[in-house]
This record gives sequence, structure tokens and C-alpha cells, in this order.
Amino acid sequence: MTGPGWRAAAGAFLSHWRRHPGQGATLLLGLALATALWTGVQAINAEARASYDRAADLVGQQGRPDLVARDGGPIPVATYVALRRAGWPVAPILEGSLRLGGRQVSLLGLDPLTAPVLPTPDDGGTDSSDADALAAFIGPPGQFFGAPATLAALDPAPDQILISDSGLPPGLLVGDIATVGRLLQRPDNLSRLVLLEDPPAHAPPLARIAPGLDRREADRQADLTGLTGSFHLNLTAFGALSFAVGLFIVHGAVGLAFEQRRGMVRTLRALGLPARDLALLLAAELLCAALLAGGIGVGLGYVLAAALLPDVAATLQGLYGAPASGTLTLRPGWVAAGMGMALAGTALAAAQSLWRIFHLPVLAAAQPRAWRLASARGMRRQALLGVGLIGLAAALTAGGSGLTAGFALLGALLLGAALMLPPCLAAALRWAETRARHPLAQWFWADSRQQLPGLSLALMALLLALAANIGVSTMVGSFRATFTGWLDQRLAAEAYVNAGDAGTAARLAPWLRQQGVTLLPRIDTAARLNGQPGTVQGLSDAPTWRTHWPMIAALPGAWDDLAAGRGVFINEQLSHRGAIGPGGAVRIDGTDLPVLGVYSDYGNPAPEAVMGLDAFHDRFPDEPLVRFALRLPPERVADVAAALRTRFALPADRVQDQRAIKARSLEIFERTFAVTAALNLLTLGVAGLAIFTSLLTLSSQRLPQVAPVWAIGTPRLRLGGMELARAAALAGMTALLAVPVGLALAWILLAVVNVAAFGWRLPMLLFPLDWLRLGGLAVLAGGAAAALPALRLMRRPAADLLRVFAYER
Amino acid sequence: MGRRPTAQGRRARDRSGRLVRAALIVMLAVLGARAMAQGFAGLGSDADGYTLPAPAASFQFPADHGPHPDFRIEWWYVTANLTAADGTAYGVQWTLFRSALVPRAAPGWASRQIWFAHAGLTTADRQFAAQRRARGGIGQAGVTPSPFAAWIDDWQLAGTDDLARLQMTARGDDFAYDLTLTADGPLVLHGDGGYSLKSPRGQASYYYSQPGYRVSGVLHLPGGPVQVTGQAWLDREWSSQPLAPTQTGWDWVSLHLEDGAKLMVYRLRDSAAPDFVPATYVAPGGGARALPAGVVALVPLHTSRVAGRRIPTAWRVTWPEGGVDLRLDALNPQSWMDTAPPYWEGPVQISGSHRGAGYLEMTGYD
Amino acid sequence: MVLDIRHLTKSFPGDPDPVRVLCGIDLRLGAGESLALTGESGSGKSTLLTLIAGLDAPDAGTVCIDGQDICPLPDAARAALRRDSVGLIFQQFNLIPSLTAGANLSFQARLAGRQDRAWEAEIAARLGIADLLDRYPEQLSGGQQQRVAIARTLAARPKLILADEPTGNLDEDRSDAVLALMQGLSRDSGAALLMATHSIRLAGRLDRRVHLSHGRLST
Repeated sequence: MTGPGWRAAAGAFLSHWRRHPGQGATLLLGLALATALWTGVQAINAEARASYDRAADLVGQQGRPDLVARDGGPIPVATYVALRRAGWPVAPILEGSLRLGGRQVSLLGLDPLTAPVLPTPDDGGTDSSDADALAAFIGPPGQFFGAPATLAALDPAPDQILISDSGLPPGLLVGDIATVGRLLQRPDNLSRLVLLEDPPAHAPPLARIAPGLDRREADRQADLTGLTGSFHLNLTAFGALSFAVGLFIVHGAVGLAFEQRRGMVRTLRALGLPARDLALLLAAELLCAALLAGGIGVGLGYVLAAALLPDVAATLQGLYGAPASGTLTLRPGWVAAGMGMALAGTALAAAQSLWRIFHLPVLAAAQPRAWRLASARGMRRQALLGVGLIGLAAALTAGGSGLTAGFALLGALLLGAALMLPPCLAAALRWAETRARHPLAQWFWADSRQQLPGLSLALMALLLALAANIGVSTMVGSFRATFTGWLDQRLAAEAYVNAGDAGTAARLAPWLRQQGVTLLPRIDTAARLNGQPGTVQGLSDAPTWRTHWPMIAALPGAWDDLAAGRGVFINEQLSHRGAIGPGGAVRIDGTDLPVLGVYSDYGNPAPEAVMGLDAFHDRFPDEPLVRFALRLPPERVADVAAALRTRFALPADRVQDQRAIKARSLEIFERTFAVTAALNLLTLGVAGLAIFTSLLTLSSQRLPQVAPVWAIGTPRLRLGGMELARAAALAGMTALLAVPVGLALAWILLAVVNVAAFGWRLPMLLFPLDWLRLGGLAVLAGGAAAALPALRLMRRPAADLLRVFAYER
Repeated sequence: MGRRPTAQGRRARDRSGRLVRAALIVMLAVLGARAMAQGFAGLGSDADGYTLPAPAASFQFPADHGPHPDFRIEWWYVTANLTAADGTAYGVQWTLFRSALVPRAAPGWASRQIWFAHAGLTTADRQFAAQRRARGGIGQAGVTPSPFAAWIDDWQLAGTDDLARLQMTARGDDFAYDLTLTADGPLVLHGDGGYSLKSPRGQASYYYSQPGYRVSGVLHLPGGPVQVTGQAWLDREWSSQPLAPTQTGWDWVSLHLEDGAKLMVYRLRDSAAPDFVPATYVAPGGGARALPAGVVALVPLHTSRVAGRRIPTAWRVTWPEGGVDLRLDALNPQSWMDTAPPYWEGPVQISGSHRGAGYLEMTGYD
Repeated sequence: MVLDIRHLTKSFPGDPDPVRVLCGIDLRLGAGESLALTGESGSGKSTLLTLIAGLDAPDAGTVCIDGQDICPLPDAARAALRRDSVGLIFQQFNLIPSLTAGANLSFQARLAGRQDRAWEAEIAARLGIADLLDRYPEQLSGGQQQRVAIARTLAARPKLILADEPTGNLDEDRSDAVLALMQGLSRDSGAALLMATHSIRLAGRLDRRVHLSHGRLST
């Protein structure tokens, strides 16, 4: 073709958008929204992950293997020096916990000259010279790096200079090894040695230099990794889901762009434009659209992520104690992913349109009936594939384990269910058709069935969105209900008081008893449980605990044995991770203790154990008793709290109402799933948009089907109403099918993914009202999506409908 | 997650690198004798609490071979010109630095003495470099005068109390060396009996050398071990004073002349004053003579492009009174020590009025 | 000969046996000549036009346009031939709805790279659409649209004009007028005209007439 020829062809092809800017906007909007959803999730994921990595790096010193004492005890500094002098590239770490500034804090001591990773001050630390920085870090008095909240809680502040590093986990202070050694009074001890790289070949073996040390691979952080990993996997699953939904909508948008110009394509071919050139034009046009919309989408995704990110940060921080900064940086990775999504999605969707260009009958009229027959064959194949995938999901349930299997299971289930949807809907419509008495009703169902191929992609997107909604809301609901119940059990006392120091505690306790208040001591300390950092609590032998403590499993007489110091209870996380049950043993700071029972401890990432109060005092004699749970009639709580504050000069936050604690704890969990809820709603919205574009596409081809029904005496108003009803009916049926899929999804999340990632299994609770609400929402979305096409049909001039007959042969 | 170094991790590492460099800079800027650059002037604060070098030094050996924690900065510095049986030339450098954050020693982690070390190995076409760093007080690095030992990790320079016989080892990722050093001659005290002026304005250090080691041993190179022999030069220097703010860098050579004489000369480049160029001549018999600044001239002849900057790699050394007119050519013009801080250090070959081999160090070329 | 068709055969898949639509058609048409093709609905008129336009391939036989057999050519070459030598006038006007009447009129000529504004203006004047060129197709009546479509074909100066019920949507007077114009213009431009129609009356106005029935032509 000549240059002017190309210009003429391209001009004609693109003139469509000039005449119908609304349709162009729909195409761009569809592409942009799909990209935005995908990009947003990726951005949040990448940001949270990067933020979390920062902290994990520092605490784990970049996940390197380390050397630890075989007996779990300290390592002499001399052993470190011996290893260094033998050529072993190791860096010393001293860890411990301490009461500092009225708080129990974890200390991490590093040698800045050998540590591969050092903390980074939030302000960048540019105000002082580097030489001063090293001198200041080493001290005296030295520096402590900590999360802002950790530092703010230190009252009184320690001698060290406090520097905020938001990348650090809560409750952790990082300082020079000399400072930490001095505070812990362990100047000659090390906790572990980080192996910076593999020792050189000539270096003598570990057994010769330090026979008491073992090399331990970098799995110590696995617990934290697993927990945050679960959240990210959750988000990744949503990312994949939004990708699928996005593909559907891109497909719809591109299909629309083609269908609206079907007539033009035929004319252009008749006038002598080769199919190849037409395909090139369409491909070039779609490429431009994908680039433009992809760019917009990435921008929108950024905005979406920025809007949701504070919640994500709160979620990670609140639930897992893993830090995530609430700010967003543009990462090339997810920008590229977003653009890739737009381009790949467009290409995938365009393939079908391009195929049609080559196979479009130039002179023949459309043959809807032949299409339907052809798609009936396709539908059988699709149903078979769907059944196969669901079978695979069943096999995975039976045979697989771990997070990966859990997510493979999710994928197989969702894809299988989506593929099964059109055949199921077709069967339902056929059934309705046979039951219909009124001829118009018969036509309604038959016509619906004929539209199914064109709508099935959008309906599949709706199914996925609804199923995800049901699944996630079931999970969140179950979580919330269980957690509330657990809070009721565990926060059994009416009020909690923290005397601050042992002296105040000693004065406060007799006074409270005088007031007729029952005192339950609360005391805990940081300890290593089976080698992992965790907490040990002392529990007094009180009826309150016996009746309220949320036990999952226990040996007979467990409470008596606990009170007598014959063993400990451990939380479910520790039990799951160490595969220890009642009758087993747990190592606490180097001593093996029998496990008497297991209790649930939702939301706590760390291992925990409780022992009888006497046993606790024996084992940790330095730990002062300063906190108490108070049993008293609820109506007296306010008075007693006020009296405690004034009489013992306690700061307000030292006396707490049980109801306030509960509210705060619940708030953390609400925030945890705030992101999930927001994404859910967005996904549903995008699915609605997919239906809208599909219906718009169909409506332009539907005149030949509608015109005869109009001609034999059905008012246009009625026809429009039927269009609405059809969309609503299809959406409603999809919602009905989404319920079992969503429940299966929830079951996988609760019973497979959660156990693999969190270490505890939640009972699954059903919320039928939620399903109703969602079903209503789906019908509404379907109706709303059909509104514009239906309105257009109702307003269609009679001449348009008449013309159908003139054109038809 | 967490296994791979993140951007943050890299930043943190860079940061630790900066800290290290910073400390090294403190120490190097103090004397400037070995490495310094423009812009360190901010550190030229009063030497608060640190002992200052004073004229009329009287060294007590072997105690003075050991560390002086009340001085801010100190080093043990060996350079060697070596030759393999086939005539191939090599250069080797072994350096241990001490930098004090407070002017006193303390045991254990409480020590605020910081130790750094650089090792270099030069061939005609390759330069190997490695560095180490360690805290004082715990035994990971340090120097004991009797028996003499200077070490950091698995690097060591150790031997007799009079430094007459030393064993010197160091290794990096892709090289190592193990050399025996033997000296017959006496130690050489630079300047005024070991009190060495660094500027006409009064900055000074304590500075002595053993210029006359004979060396034998083995170099471990990627291609395999190489037996070598040659000559080495040990420098000992400590001080607490910074250079003058306008002194921007330095060029230093130690030369083994074929007649058995030794010549050490350095040029302190000054942006606001004439360069300061003192020297020490050691006659073949061992008699040392401090040459006042300006008597010996050290002039660049030719520069090479090294690590993105122009550095003189050929020099002319003239001392008319002593009948010395030498041309120095770097064995490997790319003898760049990519350490913290980076600088140029490598062997030179001598031609002109005398033949021989020596070592050249240059800093402050940014 | 502008058009030379020999032994043209085409059948479509059917149930249970294929349906033979054309069984050995022979047809010749010279420059400036006009030929009416009549036949019942479904007799295969459109199929024959489709094959001549190179939009579909025959089972057997040849279609020579201007001496070249188009059947063995690839799609792009057939499209080029269509662009340069053949004008199609459909029963549906097949104007490009997003282009003005004027842009539609010159479209095929521009596609073929030989726009002639003077000739376009003459055609527009003779077809009585000169005042309508700024309008979009949806703003034109059926007759006006058909005249734009005819003008588009003539403007490109095709050697062969294939028309399929071009006046199907017009009343008798109007269709007579349009046909007269079409005939006059094609004769003036030296084009051969092949028109499929139901109408015996219209067919009688052309130079020759053939009838398609049961896959065969008769005069």
C-alpha cells in the first residue's frame, strides 16, 4: 500500500474514536483499571517486603549462617578471637534482654568493625561526620538504635544516645557490643557468631579451634519469615486474582474496541485493504492504547498503594511485629510488572480480535446460531478442563502440604470453578427454558443462553471476585469471632495495673486487698524456648485462670502440676512449630521442662510458655513482680482505677480497664484486614466493569435478535426491562455458584494456608448474611452494568429496529 | 526473604565501610605520613588528651616497638621488593594501623583503640589488595613488644624483640604471602633522632625505620606458589597531630640502591606553601643522615590514568651533593590499593646514576 | 475483456451433503459494457460476486480480471487488485460511519493512491450529493447514503464495478435515476458494470442480462 493509502486506512480506522470518544475512554479505563489493581497490589507487596527485609537483615545479619554454643550457652570472647586468628570470617553478636527505662527490652550488640549490617538512622545521619559516627556508636556513652515507638517508651531514658531507626522491630535496641555487654554484665560473653562467608580452605576446621560450637544455617529467622511471608502470600494471591480479573476486563475492553468496528473492518476489506494490513493497524492501535492506559494504570496503582499502605504497615506491625514503613518508593520492578500486565493482557485479548479480522465473512451476515453451536462444543471441553482442575485441587488437598501446595490448591480450585461456570449457567438456562410456559419467557431464557458466550468471561471474573469476597470474609469473620472469644477468656480480669517498680507494688497490693479486690500476679520475662526468642509467663494458681485460660489440650491434672512447678503450658505456635504436645518437653533457656498442656495464643508470632508462679520466681529470681490482674465488680473499676492513680501517683496508662485492652486488641485485627476488605471491594468493582463492557459489546450486536421480538408486539420498555432482568439473573446465578467456591476458598485459607504459615488453625464459621449481602451486591452490579445498554435499547428509534429487516436477507 | 542483600543492607554495609574509612581517615590525617587527601582539614582539631611528639626523643626498645595508646595514630609498615628465580619482579606491602578514639588502652570490648590493616602484592600486570579491621582490647588485633608480634586476625608480623628477624604473613581472597625478613644493620631514626617534622609550621611525628631487610619466602598467587628473595623496609611511626590544613597529599619513596645505600624521601604537597620535602640517606655501612627539607628533589616525570585519575608513575630524584640523579619507573602503573581509603602503592625500578629497586606511595590525588 | 470467468464452481458444507451453489459458470464482460445478473434469493448471486471480488476462493475454475487470474493470488494481492481495479457497491451502503460523506467518497481512491479531486467533484455534482459532503452517514437518508457509496466506487475509477442490489432500498423512480447515473458514469469512465438484482425491470435497462438458477447461468 502507498503512504497516502496507509494514511487513509489509518485515518478511517482511528476516526471511530474521534466520533465515539466514550468508547475510547471505556477501552482505556478498562485497561488502566486492570493495570492499576495489579500494580497497586504489587506495589504494596514490594514495599512491605522491602521494609520487612530491612529489619530481618539487621536482626539476622542478612540471613547468614552462624556459630552457636552446642550447649546453648554463651560463647567466650576468647573463642571469637581464636576463630578470627585462625582465619575464620566471623562477626560477634551479643543478645539479651534487660529492664531498661522501665521496660523489658531486647538488646542486640554488634561490633561495628566486623558486622556486615549496621542500623540506619531515620534522618540519614548526615549531620555528623563519619569519624564522629563511629566514635559515637562505640561510646561511651554509646548509642542505641530503636524503632521510634520503642525509644519513646523508655522512661527514664538510658544514658545512651537514642537514635530512631523505623526499620527495627519493636522492643529491640541495637548498640555497640561493648555497651550491650556492659549493661548485660556479660563483657566476656557472646551469644553467637555470624559467619560472614565460608572460611578459606586453609583455615582449620571448627572442631579444632572451637569444639563447643555448632554451625547453624540461617533458619533462625524462619518463624518471622513464615509469618510475614503468609501475609505477603495473601497479598500475592490477591495480586494473582486481580491479574485474572484484570485480564478479563482487558479482554472485554479490547473485544469491545473490535466489535464496535466490525462493520468498518468488513467495509475496509471489501474496499481492498488486505487483512494483514488491517491486523497491523489494529495491533499498532492496541499497542498505543496499552502503553497509554498502562502508564495511567501504573500511576493509579501507585495512588492506590499509597492510600492503602499506611494500613498495610499498621497490619504488619500490629499483627506480626514486623516493621513496614508507611511510605512508598517507586520501584522499577512493579512499574515494569504493571506495564507488562497491560501489554500482555492486551496482546492476549487482541489475539482473538486479530483472528477475527482474518476470518470475518466480508459479505455474509452474522450467524449467531452457528456461533452458539460452535461454542457448545467448546463448552463441553471447558467443563472437562474445569472438572480436571477441581480434581487436581482435591488431590492436592489429600496429598500436598505447606504453603506452596496451599496456594497451588487455591489456584486450581479458582480456575477450575471459573471454567465450570459457563457450562453450569448454560445448563441452568436450558432447564429454565424447558420450564417456561409463556413464549416471551421462553425467548428470554433462550436469548440469555445465546448471549452466554459473549458474557462468560465477564461472569467468570465476577465469580472469582465473589468467591474471593466470600472466602476472605469468611476467614476474617472466623478469625474475628474466635479472637473475640479468646480475648474474653484470656482477659478474664476486670482491670490490670502496672505498679512500675517493686516498691510501689509492695505498697499497692495490701491496699487493694483491703478494698476487697482479688489480685492475680502477672509476670513474664524474655527467654529462649527451644532456642527461639520468646516469652515465659508466671501464672498464679487462681480459679480465674483455671476456668478462663484457653486450653486446647492438657494432661489430666495439668493445673495442679503447673501450680506445683512440675511442668509448663506452651502456646499453640510453639506446639505446632516444634511438634510438641502434652507429654513432650520444651527447652527453656537450656533446661528441658515437661509440657503439661497447650493453649491458643492467636496473633502472637513468638513462642510462649507459662509456668507456676513459684517455679517462675525460682527460675527468674531477679524478675520483679510489678503487674497485677484485678478481679472486682465491673462497676467499681473506674473508682478503683482513679484511686490507684491518685494514691500511688501512677501514670494513667499504668491502670487499664479490661474493656479498653480488648478494644485495642480488636482494633489491631480490624486493621489487619482493612487492606483485604479494600482490595475485595475494588476487585468486585472491576468485575462489575467487565460485565458492563461485555454487555456494551453485546448490545451493539443484539438488534437482530431483539428486533423480531419488538416487531411481534413487545414494547421497547419491556425489552429494556428484560435486558436488565437478564443481567441481574445471570449475576445472581453466578453469585449462587460463588458461595460453594468461596467457602472452599475459606477452608483452604483457614485449614491449609493458615496452618502452614501461622502455625494455628482456626475454626471455620459461616456467615450466611454476608452471602446474601454479596449476592444482592452482585445482582445490583449486574443490573447497573446492564442499565446503560438497556436504556439505549429503550431509546432506540423504531427506524433502527426496522432497518434490521431491511438489511437482513 | 532476608537471605539476599537488600538495598538497605548494602547501604548499611556501605555505611560500615564509611565508618571504617572515617576512622582510618582520622588516623591518616593526623600524620599524613601515609595517606591523606584534601578536605580532611575539618579534623585538624586540637589533639585533646593525646600525647604530642616532642623534640629530643629517646626511644626505649623494645617497648617502643609496641603500641603507644596515648598517641592518636600509629603504624607498622613493611614494603618489600622481591624477585623470583626467573627474574620476575614483585612488590609486597604489609601494614597495620592503630587509631585511638581515646588516648588510653582498656581491656576487652571497653577498648577504644581501633586496628586496621592493608596487604598488597604487585606484579607487572596485576595488583592484589586486602584489608582487615578489628577492635583492640580483646586480642583480635594488637602489637606486643616482647616477644615482638603485630597481628590482626590471621595476618602477622612477628619475631625477635630487636626486629632483626621477622616472619610476615597476610592473605586476601586471591593471594597470600609468607616471608622471612632478616636485618643486620641498625635501626634508622629519621629527622632529629626520631622526631620528624612534617611541616615548617611544627607538626611532627616519631619516625624510625629498619631499611635493610633481606627477604626470602613464598608468594601464593592464583597461578601457584612462587619462591622469592629480595629486600624490605620497615617503617614505624606514631603521632597525634594533624597535618597542616593546606597539605593536600603526599608522595613517598624508599629506595634500595645497588651499592647498598638506602634513600627515603617524601614530598608533602602544600596548596598554600612550597612543598615540604625532607629525606634520609643511609650509607652502605649503615650510617644514617637526615637531609633537611629541600636538599633532595622529588619531581614527577610522567603520569598514568589510574582508577579514573591522573597519578605520576615516573619520578626523578636528584641529590646533587650526594651524586644522586635517579629515574623511578613503576613496576605496575596500576598499583592501586582499592582499600579504605584508596591510594597508590607499589614497587619502582631505579635507573640513572644508580640502579636498584624501591617502593612508591602516593595519596591525595582525587 | 475486463472480466473473464471460466468453469467457476463453488459449494458450501451442508448437512448431510455439500450444497453446490455454482456449477461451472462461464461469463465475459468487456470495457464499458453493463450486465445484469438476476436470480432468486439464495440462487448464488452474492456468492458469485464474492468470488469475482476475490473475497473467497472457488473450488474450481478461473476468474480473470483485466487478463489476470485472481484465484491463485494470496490475500494481499487480491486485496490490492480489489483496491485498484474493482469497485464494490453493496446493498447495505457500507459507508464508514465515523467518516464524513466527503471522506467516504474519496476513501477508496486515496487507498489506491490516485485521488482525483476534479473527477470527485464532477461525480458528486452529477449524483446530487455535493452539498452533503460534510455530513456523517447517519445524517443522510438511505438514498443519499447509496449515492455516496456509488460515488466512492466511481471516484476510484475501477475497471470493474460489482453492484449487489444497489438500489434495493430505493423507490422505483429514485432507483431508475440512480441506475441511469451509474450506467452513465461507468460508461464515461470506461468501466464494466456487473449488477446483481431481483428486478426484471432494472435488469432490462442494462446492455445484457444473465439469469442464475440451480448454479448455472442462462440468458
